[in-house]
Amino acid sequence: MTIEAHGPVAVATTRKAAPGVFYLCLGILGLAVVAAILADWIAPYDPSATDFSALYQQPSSAHWFGTDQLGRDILSRVIHGARPSLLGAIALLTFATAVGVLIGTVAAWKRGWVDAVLARVTDVMFAFPGLLFVVLVIAVFDRGPGTAVIGMGLAFAPVIAKFTRAIALEEMARPYVDAYRLQGIGSVELCVRYVLPNLFPTLIGYLVVLFGEGLMSLAALNFLGFGAQPPSSEWGLMVQEGRGGVIQGIVGPALIPGLVIAVVVVATNVIGVRLSDKLAVKA
Amino acid sequence: MTTALLRRFAGLVLTLVISSFVIFAGMYAAPGDPVTFLIGNPENLTPDNIAAVRAEYHLDEPLWTQYARWATGVLHGDLGQSMYYQQPVSDLLSSRLPMTLTLVAMASVLFVVIGVGLGVLAALRRGSALDSVITGFTTFVNSVPNFVIGLVLVAVFAVQLRWFPVAGDGAGFTDRLYHLTLPAIALALGSIALISRVTRQTMTEQQTLDHVEAARSYGLTMRQIVVRHVLRNSLGPVVTMCGLVMAGMLAGTVVIESVFGLSGVGKLLVDAINTHDFPVVQAILLYMVIGYMVVTVVVDLAYPLLDPRTMARSDRS
Repeated sequence: MTIEAHGPVAVATTRKAAPGVFYLCLGILGLAVVAAILADWIAPYDPSATDFSALYQQPSSAHWFGTDQLGRDILSRVIHGARPSLLGAIALLTFATAVGVLIGTVAAWKRGWVDAVLARVTDVMFAFPGLLFVVLVIAVFDRGPGTAVIGMGLAFAPVIAKFTRAIALEEMARPYVDAYRLQGIGSVELCVRYVLPNLFPTLIGYLVVLFGEGLMSLAALNFLGFGAQPPSSEWGLMVQEGRGGVIQGIVGPALIPGLVIAVVVVATNVIGVRLSDKLAVKA
Repeated sequence: MTTALLRRFAGLVLTLVISSFVIFAGMYAAPGDPVTFLIGNPENLTPDNIAAVRAEYHLDEPLWTQYARWATGVLHGDLGQSMYYQQPVSDLLSSRLPMTLTLVAMASVLFVVIGVGLGVLAALRRGSALDSVITGFTTFVNSVPNFVIGLVLVAVFAVQLRWFPVAGDGAGFTDRLYHLTLPAIALALGSIALISRVTRQTMTEQQTLDHVEAARSYGLTMRQIVVRHVLRNSLGPVVTMCGLVMAGMLAGTVVIESVFGLSGVGKLLVDAINTHDFPVVQAILLYMVIGYMVVTVVVDLAYPLLDPRTMARSDRS
């Protein structure tokens, strides 16, 4: 669904947003992070507390976003849902970055058969469109938030590996690399201490945009019921649970978390594009 | 040219073999014994029964033998037996495929027409308010998960306005198209951003080239320049992108079918995972991978036809 747009096409062509929009987006992301960290203190209700006398309430002063099919406060659920949603995307990206950067750097450094094997592995991974690879992982290791994150991480890793390899190849052609090599600095030390830090500015912007994609893909998995399980209030799962209400004309329980996902993804995309503009041009 | 084609083909077959093995081995390695799902009732889990079921489904053979058996079967059109439905997987697939393929076809028509149309508009009115609106709208839509878009469509057009049915497959061809309208829109919307962006960018690049300037100085009308020169030369990247998106949709229907309660291949896949029906999961993953690869290869091969310059280039190298 969303990761079919592999590579930098989606990143490079989005136009620069006005500075005001950028700070607004930073604010939105900041708000989501604060909600995730302080959920226990700022949420007005217990996210799992059911109230059968208040099912499907319209938004009111008592329940700003209304209540869902079990009478749970939607605002509190969205606030608490920030934690699994953001943490999931962070975990998947951390895992994918660790694997991808390692493979990409080694392939750029060693070339030869390592590079050829990487190319083949990447080909096989790309042969699984969209969420399919994750679906395979879930079919094998059964559902659960951990499986979803690891499967998703494995699906993102080759994209990051390919990107890292491309920028690492460029970096390694620079004279300073040869200079350090002539001084007798070992391959590993050279890569870790000198080459990788120079790659990070370019990588960061790319990773922030991937974060939005990861968030969206994880939400889709959770919507299918393959990741987080009730009573978690992960946003994708909330949309799934609120689905029944839509048919009865009650849209809040499904569409509010859906809108939250969209807003956070837009915010990270704007920030990511801005960061890659700022950080990458430096060279 | 021929060697390039042959190499491409060999690479394709290799990727296909590896990915089919990954799919098969994954199911083989899955924890949890399929026998327990096959027998169902725990009271029937006697050693004799287990051995009989294992032999029936060839679960007692080593991985390589099982893979070879499965791959040979697949090549002969035999995808195995569903453990849950107790019917041949190929029957299940062929009953579900028309729905999914119709959905993908409808969505493809939509995103190609709307995506390319918006891209052309944005490119022609570059820098205008219309351009900003199109870019802003498509970027936003691209960031909304398609299951949310689907639910918004249901809430507005099915529940409130009652223009379309809330769910269901529809009987007969026209009714099917009617039922699939909202799902197709939901499936297509996310891709429109990508296509319009690629169209806008390649067309913008084309517009600055000398031959367009020359055509303009000859006094050709704007319309002729756009259709004959700018659009014609932008086709390569646009068609490639459309092909990739369409190929990705074969798998993208999984989520949309679940939103709209359609009983297509995607729904079958989700159900099969929930019931641990491994032969079905294997067959569907394989179908989606093959479909994706075939479409991407066709697009690759079509590129030189659309843009003869690439053919000349590859001959020279």
